[in-house]
Amino acid sequence: MNAETRPLIKPQESAVSTVAAMRAVFSRDMKVAFRQRQDLLNPLLFFVMVVTLFPLGVSPEVSFLREAGAGILWVAALLSVLLSLDHLFRHDFDDGTLEQLVLQPQPLFLLVLAKTLAHWVLTGLPLVLLAPVLGVMVHLDGNSIAVLCLTLLIGTPVLSLIGAIGAALTLGLRSAGVLLSLLIIPLYIPVLIFGTGTVAAATEGAPVGAYVALMGAFLVLAITLAPFAAAAALKISLSNS
Amino acid sequence: MAFDSFTAFILMDGHGPYVWVCYGVFVVLIAGMMLWSWRRHRAVLQACRRVHETTDESGRGSAQPAPATFTRVKVSQD
Amino acid sequence: MWQIFHKLGSPKWFFGIATRLMPWLLAGALALLAVGLVWGLAFAPKDYLQGNSYRIIFIHVPSAFLAQSVYIMMATAGVVTLVWRMKLADVFVKAVAPVGLVLTFLALFTGAVWGKPTWGTWWIWDARLTSMLILLFLYGGAIALDRAINDEKSAARAVAVLVLVGVVNIPIIKYSVEWWNTLHQPATFKLTEKPSMPAEMWVPLLLSVLGLYLLFGWLACLRMQTEILAREQRTRWVKEHVLARRAG
Repeated sequence: MNAETRPLIKPQESAVSTVAAMRAVFSRDMKVAFRQRQDLLNPLLFFVMVVTLFPLGVSPEVSFLREAGAGILWVAALLSVLLSLDHLFRHDFDDGTLEQLVLQPQPLFLLVLAKTLAHWVLTGLPLVLLAPVLGVMVHLDGNSIAVLCLTLLIGTPVLSLIGAIGAALTLGLRSAGVLLSLLIIPLYIPVLIFGTGTVAAATEGAPVGAYVALMGAFLVLAITLAPFAAAAALKISLSNS
Repeated sequence: MAFDSFTAFILMDGHGPYVWVCYGVFVVLIAGMMLWSWRRHRAVLQACRRVHETTDESGRGSAQPAPATFTRVKVSQD
Repeated sequence: MWQIFHKLGSPKWFFGIATRLMPWLLAGALALLAVGLVWGLAFAPKDYLQGNSYRIIFIHVPSAFLAQSVYIMMATAGVVTLVWRMKLADVFVKAVAPVGLVLTFLALFTGAVWGKPTWGTWWIWDARLTSMLILLFLYGGAIALDRAINDEKSAARAVAVLVLVGVVNIPIIKYSVEWWNTLHQPATFKLTEKPSMPAEMWVPLLLSVLGLYLLFGWLACLRMQTEILAREQRTRWVKEHVLARRAG
């Protein structure tokens, strides 16, 4: 029996604590993901390719890249998170695991939070780790790269959390991928603005503490609200099918 | 009246095209929206009427129940 | 209390009220809009700074105003859908979303055309125009999601969740876009910033805002009636209604 079909928590063990259930969901998602490594690599490859398009399509000049670099990296990261969102619930939806998850005695939004955290560790975190390399390639200076990584570190979990709402809403629909982008991109705009704005301020030598604090506030807001919305959306989507 | 002549009203000191295009698009879109909504309303109303008239007659005339296909109404959304 | 609530949620009851209300709404809307727009176009004084191009304000502001409040109304109805599962709220959101989209488009279009003589360019990444554009995306997303889900009950609830998430985001989007705007282009000329507008200007503006509100009310009633008929066509009251209309 492999991890995909194994029930998460046996029904008779009803006394499983919420934290244990969250940990089980998290570690299962990690395990499943590492068995399909290509799915992990795809968003990263996409990220690198989108960044490559800009010097080729616009201009390889150092001055342009230095100015636009942070924006390019942020847009590319946003798009590759968007690309990976379809997988967040899809497999579990197809094999019925998701219905089991909804039926658990533990609150669904916490399990969704655990799933989203796993999604971030699998896609957002690698993007953050890859960003310095690409930052060097677009001629950002050291300080800007550090700030860029910091904003990505705070910003990509927000992208995953908001994205979870969209992924839950479009679950099981035809052409879910395009619809998901339509629903989610407007909601990503504030994160993008503050992400790139913070780096722009750092490049000009301005203090960035306030901006980083604001992004942190976004993250806190997203952690507290998005799992509820995503859990509600999941229940709707499951009752639909 | 803020204008001396009708020509001045149309030209609006060179800003006429902008103002009139805006008002034109506004009227066309709002009226179009009203007309479209009204026509869709009429279409749905007629579809309902057709359903009930058919079931009414078949209920009175013969013992056969109305075929289920009559109860489906497809109305274009756009 | 609960009985009133139940009654309010009854499509049949609403259908009757709407039928009685609609002629008044339409008459009021057309009268107010006609007076407001003709006054604004021909009789209001010329603006000393922008000349006659400011006359676009009499359609731009009402459209923008209504586009935003329709979204808030949809979010309110979304709460009702999710908490009380009131059918009428589902119908409202579905019926009204395209109207909101058209109004948002009108606000954007008139803003852009107004920008040409005032700023010398059709489009400017001004904070207001940009947040209007994002509002257009939000409307588009809600409509697209509604069309994608076949089951009407699930569609209504999914759209309600989406609209609520959107409405939480609107202040954040507005704030961030304004911040972004000051970062990239300080001191843009504001479209509607008039510290002291003479009465000959704001009275027609107020009239057209009210007129458009009434027109929206009429459109909402009509479109909701359509939606109710389509959903409840097999019920007895619809049968009685349509057959009575034919005979009379």
